[in-house]
Amino acid sequence: MTATAEPTTSSAPPENVRSFPKPAFTDAEAGAKTFPSSTSRSYNYFTPAKKRATTYEDVTFDVQPDPARHLTQGWIYGFANGPGGYPQDWTVLRSSDWHQFRDPNEEWEQTIYRNNANIVRQTQQNLENAKAARAYDSWTRGWTTFVERDLGAWMHCENGLGMHVFTAAQRSAPTNMINNAMCVNAAHKLRFAQDLALFNLDISESGLPFDGSVHKAVWHEDPVWQGVRENAERLTAIGDWAQALFATNVVFESLVGVLFRSHLVMQVAARNGDYITPTIVGSGEHDYSRDLAYTRVLFSMLARDEEHGEANREVLQGWLAEWVPVSLHAAHQLQPIWSHPGERVVPFAESLAAATADLTNLLTELDLDVPKELSE
Amino acid sequence: MSRQSLSKAHKKITELSWEPTFATPATRFGTDYNFDKAPKKDPLKQILRSYFPMEEEKDNRVFGAMDGAIRGNMFRQVQERWMEWQKLFLSIIPFPEISAARAMPMAIDAVPNPEIHNGLAVQMIDEVRHSTIQMNLKRLYMNHYIDPAGFDMSEKAFANNYAGTIGRQFGEGFITGDAITAANIYLTVVAETAFTNTLFVAMPSEAAANGDYLLPTVFHSVQSDESRHISNGYSILLMALADEDNRVLLERDLRYAWWNNHCVVDAAIGTFIEYGTKDRRKDRDSYAEMWRRWIYDDYYRSYLIPLEKYGLKIPHDLVEEAWNRIWNKGYVHEVAQFFATGWPVNYWRIDPMTDEDFDWFEYKYPGWYNKYGKWWENYNRLKHPGRNKPIAFEDVDYQYPHRCWTCMVPCLIREDMVTEKVDGTWKTYCSETCAWTDIKAFRPEYEGRPTPNMGRLTGHREWETLHHDKDLAQVILDLGYVRDDGKTLIPQPHLDLDDPKKLWTLDDVRGINFQSPNVLLNEMSDADREAAVAAYTAGGPAGRPAPAPAA
Repeated sequence: MTATAEPTTSSAPPENVRSFPKPAFTDAEAGAKTFPSSTSRSYNYFTPAKKRATTYEDVTFDVQPDPARHLTQGWIYGFANGPGGYPQDWTVLRSSDWHQFRDPNEEWEQTIYRNNANIVRQTQQNLENAKAARAYDSWTRGWTTFVERDLGAWMHCENGLGMHVFTAAQRSAPTNMINNAMCVNAAHKLRFAQDLALFNLDISESGLPFDGSVHKAVWHEDPVWQGVRENAERLTAIGDWAQALFATNVVFESLVGVLFRSHLVMQVAARNGDYITPTIVGSGEHDYSRDLAYTRVLFSMLARDEEHGEANREVLQGWLAEWVPVSLHAAHQLQPIWSHPGERVVPFAESLAAATADLTNLLTELDLDVPKELSE
Repeated sequence: MSRQSLSKAHKKITELSWEPTFATPATRFGTDYNFDKAPKKDPLKQILRSYFPMEEEKDNRVFGAMDGAIRGNMFRQVQERWMEWQKLFLSIIPFPEISAARAMPMAIDAVPNPEIHNGLAVQMIDEVRHSTIQMNLKRLYMNHYIDPAGFDMSEKAFANNYAGTIGRQFGEGFITGDAITAANIYLTVVAETAFTNTLFVAMPSEAAANGDYLLPTVFHSVQSDESRHISNGYSILLMALADEDNRVLLERDLRYAWWNNHCVVDAAIGTFIEYGTKDRRKDRDSYAEMWRRWIYDDYYRSYLIPLEKYGLKIPHDLVEEAWNRIWNKGYVHEVAQFFATGWPVNYWRIDPMTDEDFDWFEYKYPGWYNKYGKWWENYNRLKHPGRNKPIAFEDVDYQYPHRCWTCMVPCLIREDMVTEKVDGTWKTYCSETCAWTDIKAFRPEYEGRPTPNMGRLTGHREWETLHHDKDLAQVILDLGYVRDDGKTLIPQPHLDLDDPKKLWTLDDVRGINFQSPNVLLNEMSDADREAAVAAYTAGGPAGRPAPAPAA
């Protein structure tokens, strides 16, 4: 094979002469001249939610184009069996204007990195401090086993949802605003799962009797965790992105995620001599409160859509009927772990009642009927 | 984090995945590739605990530079010629970036390797960073550069403009069709590994030479993430190569992806670098020289060719032909001339070339003046309204080109145009490879093998079709490329903002009929079409119509 001839001009500067671009004063700054549009200094192709567009709106809106807005030539690549781009029928829910959705967290790169970097820095400092203070030595045996087995099992769930629910779903929604919110949700889940895994690694190396590998067997085989694993796996199998989001963030997280993190771990850790775990799990809870905020806004918008609200509520009601029993089953299967910690300060029934109350409130906010299973 | 603890931490987080037994993740996006026999290959070790602070630090540096640029009045020194092209570039690039984020679950679906999944998920977050940081850079330009028109309607213009659509392939191509074709070969193995070199390294250096040090700040920060992405792509490529049955698909996809990236990226970035700069030092690299270094040597010779020993069939002929188009067939010059011909339907202004530019082009590309000099002199002569129409509608020895159905860059190297009736329509292609891409590659069967997951070329692919037989003023109004006085055009074929009389308005372009070459071609009789095609392919360079046959 012979390559085509290379360029024939020489790039070598004359000897001993440095070559560099010459600065030129062009006076090309705003306001230097007045002419039509010389003061048109805001993106004018979308209507901000408030009077002025936020940075978040400016850097997110319409970056994913839409044939229903400005995309005149349509999607130029298609799938073998359907249109390309972001078809609206990748969910059965309908909206008269998907572009109304704004993420209340206003996530863009600065918020993503600031928030998550803060969390991992704080987590690392806490863990270093815990090691130096030999904080794990004061744990009860029962609590150590709980962290080893149950918190260890939970991190799989966070990772699985991050990778196969939220990462997957962010390909599919009709607007950039929705997809970015789900993408940040994925980042939260994956980071939290890794935080827990590295916490597990730290404890393994702390000298405490602690089996850092047993979490895999617990997640795979321990009967109390199989309901959660089944629920998580079934969530990853949902093809409709909005259903996956709803069944995960509204149903599963309320009945299982918050139940485990908030209404068990956060309540009993300190009583068992552990001040480290709540700082890590608390960050996961904080993530979820942000993720629930965008989820709530999205499904409120869809449930109250003037044109499609009624049909959407019917669909959501169907999803509740399908997923509430699955998550309740998972929650009930978890019940035995309430007795694993040495200090048991909260009964399962109380934790579950708090979780179902939260979900009931959320569903009421969404104008949805509360499934009968939640009041049983 | 030390290297040892990084390895240990990485090993730990690989424990997080598991083999599902109750239900498997939904497969939303199919592939015709097979990974059953693939040994698992590790990408770079990536841990979010170190990733987030690292990226935050990179961000802080970028935002610090942005503050500094404003305080230091950077815009007193930026070249308008350069900044105008950023209206096009920065309208396009955030979409490919966000598309890359969206492409990651497609690759995750297709490749059964949890370690790669982890790397791909981190890439997803990177890509959101890239998209929004670029949008934010554009916002800063809009706020501080002298002429915000075009920046202010950026994403709308991207979506309705012929050039935006060309760029949109570099984005839609990542997220549609066969998951591996799109998210691995097109996106990572070719676009990120080869062409981000010119996009994010060569072009920013030209920006700096034109007084803009923010573009390099942002894009070098972006580029610093690319090595991880390249590692993801490489790992998947090696896994694909493990199965003999994948090799014919790899060969197909590498040919398509290489050629399409060349057509699209070299058209755009070549034009920005060669025609958007005021830096005419003769010892600064031309785009051709940059291409030779960054694409030919760094990518083709150092990355691609070594993969031959693993059984990858390298498209040597297409690499050489891409170079041939750039060096011998004037690809970049033809594209720049076309952009300037079409100035009334752009959303940026294009500065005429000067004697100093001519001198530089002649030095870098011997013979340039004889081909393109006269036309650019005409461009300069016709730049103001009043006594003439826009150059596209004046007799300047230029035939408005047919558009390539596949890459959507016009068929500018006239002798290479291929014309075929495909799916019931007469279509024109810029090259044999683009014709092959539509006719052979993007089909449900390839070389006798079913390829049910391969994508399709869809949409209104010839932009002119949408505006055929309309008044040019109406076309521009429909596109929205009008300034806030309701009559002055956003695009101008010059940079003179001082004198309102020099600015083209809707009135200056009213009464001009806009036509689609493809519509006209399809309306012709077979004999007329054959003659028209023969005349077209006999034309050029520089868009010159073929001389009339001797009587």
